[in-house]
Amino acid sequence: MIKPRLAIFDFACCEGCQLQIVNMEEDLLALLEHVQPVEWREAMSDQSDDYDIAIVEGSITREEDAERLREIRKHATTVIALGACATLGGVNKLKNLFDLGEVKREVYAEMADLPHLETAPVQAIDEVVDVDYKIEGCPIDARELGTVIKSLLVGRKPFVPNYPVCVECKLRENPCRYEYDEICLGPLTRAGCGARCPSNGFWCFGCRGPVDDPNAHAATQVMKHYGKTVDDLKRKLELFGTQQEPLHV
Amino acid sequence: MSSAAPASRVIDINVKHVSRVEGHGNIVVRAKDGVIEKSEWQVPEAPRFFEAMVRGRSFEDIQTVVSRICGICSVTHSFAALKAIEDAMDIKVSHQTNILRLLTHYGEQLESHSLHVGYLVAPDLLGQKSVVPLASSQPEILKTIIEIHRVGNLIMEKTAGRKTHPVRLIPGGFSMLPTEDDLLQLTRELEETIPRLQTLAQFIADLTGELPTFERDTEYVALFNPPTYPFYHGSIGSTDIDVPVPVQEFENVVNEYVHPQSTAKWCKWHRDSYAVGALARFNLNAEHLQPQAKMTAQLLGLEKGACNPFLNNVAQVVECVQVVERSLQLIDIVLSTGITYERPKIKPKAGVGVGAVEAPRGILFHKYEFDDDGICTQANLCIPTNQNHANIQDDMNAFVPQIIDREQDEIRLLMEMLVRSYDPCISCSTHLLNVEFV
Repeated sequence: MIKPRLAIFDFACCEGCQLQIVNMEEDLLALLEHVQPVEWREAMSDQSDDYDIAIVEGSITREEDAERLREIRKHATTVIALGACATLGGVNKLKNLFDLGEVKREVYAEMADLPHLETAPVQAIDEVVDVDYKIEGCPIDARELGTVIKSLLVGRKPFVPNYPVCVECKLRENPCRYEYDEICLGPLTRAGCGARCPSNGFWCFGCRGPVDDPNAHAATQVMKHYGKTVDDLKRKLELFGTQQEPLHV
Repeated sequence: MSSAAPASRVIDINVKHVSRVEGHGNIVVRAKDGVIEKSEWQVPEAPRFFEAMVRGRSFEDIQTVVSRICGICSVTHSFAALKAIEDAMDIKVSHQTNILRLLTHYGEQLESHSLHVGYLVAPDLLGQKSVVPLASSQPEILKTIIEIHRVGNLIMEKTAGRKTHPVRLIPGGFSMLPTEDDLLQLTRELEETIPRLQTLAQFIADLTGELPTFERDTEYVALFNPPTYPFYHGSIGSTDIDVPVPVQEFENVVNEYVHPQSTAKWCKWHRDSYAVGALARFNLNAEHLQPQAKMTAQLLGLEKGACNPFLNNVAQVVECVQVVERSLQLIDIVLSTGITYERPKIKPKAGVGVGAVEAPRGILFHKYEFDDDGICTQANLCIPTNQNHANIQDDMNAFVPQIIDREQDEIRLLMEMLVRSYDPCISCSTHLLNVEFV
């Protein structure tokens, strides 16, 4: 069997999702018996335009990056968006809440108007090109990536949960974060993480994005029950979901 | 070595996006007949504007956001932010919190250093383009590196809830604490890591002959807190001064400035540039290393006062031993007193605060201002790679003339190795710009 050729690319992000690929340790070596890496700048010096699967990490903030992504799409049969920056825009999208001129002045002060500092609103990968698979999370869980690649190799559609984090959280018998007077995005956020954050004593901040059809009514009821407002909820949703499809809560 | 230069010998190196580093950096070297026209280190990383992004966020959400500045030093960014928040709001943390934070932080140093030395630098020393060929050529050493790296991750997972982007680190302490069983497991794994590190140190010791012998007198800056080898506590020390500077005055240390050629913000203190990172920490604090770390330094021939930037990677190996020895001691302290299950409850207040911690790649500063409700009104973050930027350029300026008569491919490799030796973390460098040099 000819091994599919795999390339990994990164745009604006922290590269923490690529790090999870490295963190697969021995499993990564096992994976490499089935795919051939041809470009992965963070780990290899090789470069190639000839690949079947492109894994793309990070979000798009400049036209030159959008152009590079379109080129990648042309070369690849399958494009996988890796992690919240690629699938949602991630924390990078907080920038979109501000006037971009103001953002630049905040960081670069009197230098802000120089042409090379041009920055555009942040976009997720699928706002620029078609994406075949999304690995949600900030960071991703490498096991999920492994499952998707294995599914690809055997021609099966990978399973992605379309129920909220609360389901997994209840299965782990965690106390509800609302009982601690916190705002948790578990009721709206796509499961698949095993309720990682609530299981570590912290609220869900929505890094996997909302489920396909979030139960906004139930979320509103939860807010009312605990004496919070929908605006409180929206503030929390901004962290990883800014300017995504509006959640009509 | 050097070849006789033929007539009109042109060197034209244009490395777009140096590989095996975190983030995007370019190297440009141009020379004709041995006359250097240009030798530059450029950074085209897309700016991400974190200082603006945290404005308007609650103090409770700052760590969640700024951890995402960098995947490989997310624990360090979290700690810089938490220390700044605690400084701003006069929050005192418990002795246990300090110990467990140190443990988490050591986990990140071990993970990051073993990744950098083992996966990113070692291929250069073995004449390979990546770590992948080591799986067949040197499977034993690769297995050793993987095990060391895994234990670094395990420490973060057991103490902070995740390998990357920690969950449990919150203002005032932890959202959840490790169990005694977790700590006992870490002790077992750390004890097994000591002989593995000895294997790694011997492997690197056998390869140090492959490191370039370039030296340049340099100012080194790191946390300073005698009689310890600090990563988390301390003031700002420099090899150019005798009295350290309080971290609250970091803006007078980093002196971010605009380079006349480039407009990229660089840093300088007593000279035109300074270096941060493992070698800086070693040069300031080597006498306070633990016994086995000291022996490792001797094995590797590393001595205080070293000013060959390539030795930064050797210092990283020494620090791996240091953090493992210290981690074992810290776990002993916690287990002997027993874990106190505590969870902080913070009432926000207005204030300005600074946090300084050592990232694996050098000292990191965060500064925030909060209003009465704990909403962030202003932030200033100064990242290690920004502080190294001018120093990398100064090293290039000194090193390129020494090697300009070599073959173009060799110069290119040496320049890439120089950049890699700093373990740059370019995604972090929120100030760096996309600059097209003339």
